[in-house]
This record gives sequence, C-alpha cells and structure tokens, in this order.
Amino acid sequence: MNETLVSRPQVAPSALGPAPPKMAIANLDFYYGKFHALKNINLAIADRRVTAFIGPSGCGKSTLLRTLNRMYSLYPGQRATGEILFNGQNVLESGVDLNMLRAKVGMVFQKPTPFPMSIYDNIAFGVRLYESLGQRAMDERVEWALTKAAMWEEAKDKLKQSGMALSGGQQQRLCIARAVSVKPEVLLLDEPTSALDPISTAKIEELITELKSDYTIAIVTHNMQQAARVSDYTAYMYLGELIEFGETDQIFLKPKRKETEDYITGRFG
Amino acid sequence: MSTGMTTLYRKRLFVNRFNLVMSLATMAFGMFFLLWILGVLFWQGFTALSPTLFTEMTPPPGSAGGLANAIFGSVVIVFVATFISTPIGILAGIYLAEFGKVGWIAKATRFINDILLSAPSIVIGLFVYTIYVAEVNHFSGWAGSFALALIAIPVVVRTTENMLHLVPNTLREAAVALGAPMWKVILMVTLKAVRGGVITGILLAIARMSGETAPLLFTALNNQFWSADMNAPMANLPVVIFQFALSPYEDWKTLAWAGALLITLAVLVINILARSVFRQASVR
Repeated sequence: MNETLVSRPQVAPSALGPAPPKMAIANLDFYYGKFHALKNINLAIADRRVTAFIGPSGCGKSTLLRTLNRMYSLYPGQRATGEILFNGQNVLESGVDLNMLRAKVGMVFQKPTPFPMSIYDNIAFGVRLYESLGQRAMDERVEWALTKAAMWEEAKDKLKQSGMALSGGQQQRLCIARAVSVKPEVLLLDEPTSALDPISTAKIEELITELKSDYTIAIVTHNMQQAARVSDYTAYMYLGELIEFGETDQIFLKPKRKETEDYITGRFG
Repeated sequence: MSTGMTTLYRKRLFVNRFNLVMSLATMAFGMFFLLWILGVLFWQGFTALSPTLFTEMTPPPGSAGGLANAIFGSVVIVFVATFISTPIGILAGIYLAEFGKVGWIAKATRFINDILLSAPSIVIGLFVYTIYVAEVNHFSGWAGSFALALIAIPVVVRTTENMLHLVPNTLREAAVALGAPMWKVILMVTLKAVRGGVITGILLAIARMSGETAPLLFTALNNQFWSADMNAPMANLPVVIFQFALSPYEDWKTLAWAGALLITLAVLVINILARSVFRQASVR
C-alpha cells in the first residue's frame, strides 16, 4: 500500500539540493490555559519546500501551525514559550509586529472564509494593506493571484460578484488566491481541502506543488495520501509531541518509529 | 395487544389535539385584542385623516387645524436622537463584542446596558429633566432628543454586539491572517458582514423612539406653534396625542386619533423596511 502512496513522478527533496530552514522551531511549548498542548517541539521548516503535519485529531498539528503566525495571540489564555526563528527574529518575543509577521506568513483555513465583498475586493483588500497600487497594477495583481490559484478562468467574468456566492471549492481557491496575492514568504495551509470534493482537492494539490517554487509551505492534513502526494517533508505528531520528522519518502516507506508506522499503515488512529 | 396499542394511540391523539386547540385558543385570545386595538385605531384614525393634518398647526380648542408642527417636531427630535445614539451604540457594541472578552469593564458595561434596555422610559425622562431641563430652566427639543437617545443607545449596543457575535471567528482570523490591523478587520470585514443586522437594530430603535411619550413630556414638552428651534419647547406627536386625547374637546380628540394612526403607520413602515433590509443583507 505504501508503494502506491508514493508512486508519483516527483523528485526526492534531497535531489533538489539542500534547503536552508525558513522557520526554525526550537523548544516550543504551547498552553491553552493550563492545558499543555505542544511539548518541546523542535523542527525546521525548509525554504521553498512543502512540509506536511499529520497525526490524529487533537495531536496539536493545527496548534503548531497557529504558533507560526501568532494567530493564537488573538485569544487571551493561549501562550507559547520557546523559539521560532524567522528571518533571524524570534517571532514568539513580545514586541514583534504581528501585522507585519502575518503579512509575510500567510494562512488558509479549513473552512473557506471569503469576505463579504466582491471577488475582486476580496483580493484587493489584502494587497491594499501594505502596497498602494494604481488601478492597472491592481487589476494585474488580481489576475495574477487568481491565475495562481487556478481560478482566473472561472472568475474573470464575475469579478464584481460577491465572493460569498461562489461554490465551496471556488471559495477556497479564492482564499488561496487572497493569501498568495500579498506575496508572503511562507504559506500555512490548515486542512485546506477537507471540505472539498475530489476535483477541487486535486486542483488545490496541483497548486501547492506549483506554488512551492516561490513559497515555503506548511500544510496540516488528515489525509495521508495527500501528505504523501504533495509534501517533501512530513512530521508525525501525537498528543502534543513530535514523534517523527523526516523526508516524506522516508516517513512513509521506512518510518523509524513504531508509532509512525502504526499510524500511516492504519493500525492506529 | 392491539387494544393496548389503540388505547395508547387514542390517548396520544387526544393529548395532541387538546394541546393544538389550547394553543390556537390562546393565540386567538391575544390576536383578538390586538386586532381590536388596531381596528378601533384605523376606524377612528382614518375618518380623522385629511390633507390639512400636514399643512396646519395644532389648533386651539374649537377651531380647525392639523398636526404639521407636531409631525415636524417628532421627525426632527427622533432624527437628532438617532444621530446621537447610532455612533455611540455601534462603537460600544464593537467594544463589547470585539474587545470585551477579558476584564471587568466589558462585563459591567454589558450589565448596565441590560438594565438601561429595560429601564422605564419615564425614569429616563425624569433623569434628563433633572440634569438638563431643570438646570437651564426651560424645556427644549435638545432635551427631548437626549432622552430619546438614552432609550435608543442600549438597543443599538445590544443588536450590534449580538450581530458581531454571529460573525464566525474564522472570518476574523482570515482577515487578521493577511496582516490587517484590528480596526480594519472590524470596519471592513466583520461589521460589513453584519451590516444588515446592525441597520435593522437602528431601525428598530427608531421605531421604539417614535412612540415614546413619557420622556418627551418631561423634556421637549409641547409647542402650539411651528418651531424649528431645538433650544425651545417643541411640538411632537406623542405629547400632542397625550394632551388632545385627554381633553374634553371633540376636534382635539379627532386629531389625537389621526396622530396615533400616523405613528402606528410610521412604525409599521419602519418595521417592514427593517425586515427587507435584513433579508436582503442575509441573502447576499
């Protein structure tokens, strides 16, 4: 079964040459109030590669993703200790400009979240935050982002229509276009296809593979085939701990830890 | 066995029918009085309606006249009150919904707002009378607007907060994840997502204000003549109705019926407007 999972025409990450870390996580602990949700996590997210996080529900993979752009800071009672180095700075420090951080570390959520405005404005909203483009340049940016998200052909004739009127899969691709449009350095994808049908899922997976030439991508997924298809590195987490982390081929073909093997072969979880 | 089943079935059928009949009866009881009130109002009001209502001033007893000054006064007082209460109410509602997760200030504000929401309007009238009218020694349109604003603010605060609570956190997070500062997230995304609901809240507050009598009795009082001076006593429909309806003069009573019908129709129109705005906004 493992053979079919990885039989894809893709070059092993080692063949792409060494990738320097884009975000380096060290001794990360996370707490929801008193609950200790992440325990001493250490791993590096490689530059312009796809890193997948897998594990059963509640293992902390989404929580880990939400520390990378400090999304948890919206909620009192949630806190993280340790270090996440991004461009030479520990993003967990107080005094970090969170808006700037989030402009550079974009995020796409499990549920499509179009804003209550037109398709065009959904994308222009994010771009206008940090750039002042003329009408022409903005039109081009919107087209560029929608093209990146494999959405342009469907959306070009209804840019003025509300983003809420699109189908679920289109909404999610609009959200990806929106995240890409601000040209972040890192893209966090939190189960981006769990609410989508197989066709939309396939489109988004193609997109991920295409995007990684420009962006560093971290993806949380419940779908192990998806992790095997799109990622270069995979992290298996369980109960807030990082059990095993390595190249995706190695994790799926020759897992070093018994727990990882049990999970990916379906004997557990 | 089958007889046991039938008995049980019959019993349930009876209980069901009994409950249906009882609830229909209570509904009919309530509707009866409501329709009675409306029927009398429409009967008396429509016969009193005439074009002069909108062109002539409130008359002295025994002569013909209209309600022009009172209609104008009501519109102006309610408009000013809306202008005062809407920004305060929306901003306070935003604070409670978006920033009021921690600390005691939000909890205390919410509690006080709930008390204000159900405060008898006569108390609010007396309050404005004591702190403003008695101090400056004259009744005025401003005082009436302040009193009505105090009634509208808690309504707007409550609806704005409730509406913003309906916005899923994921939408808020999505805007934050782009690097948008909180004020932009609120103004351009969350508030925009519920603008229909917030506008509905404002319209309902206006409807509530247009019928309030007690606060105006202590503040705007009344004025027999046309007056656009907000710093002087100002005619308004509720107080005119109150005065004219209690009077022994037949033509005053007729005018009171006409005024009551006008307010009811205005409230009806505002409510229909509120519903259609809300429906339109939720379809989008």
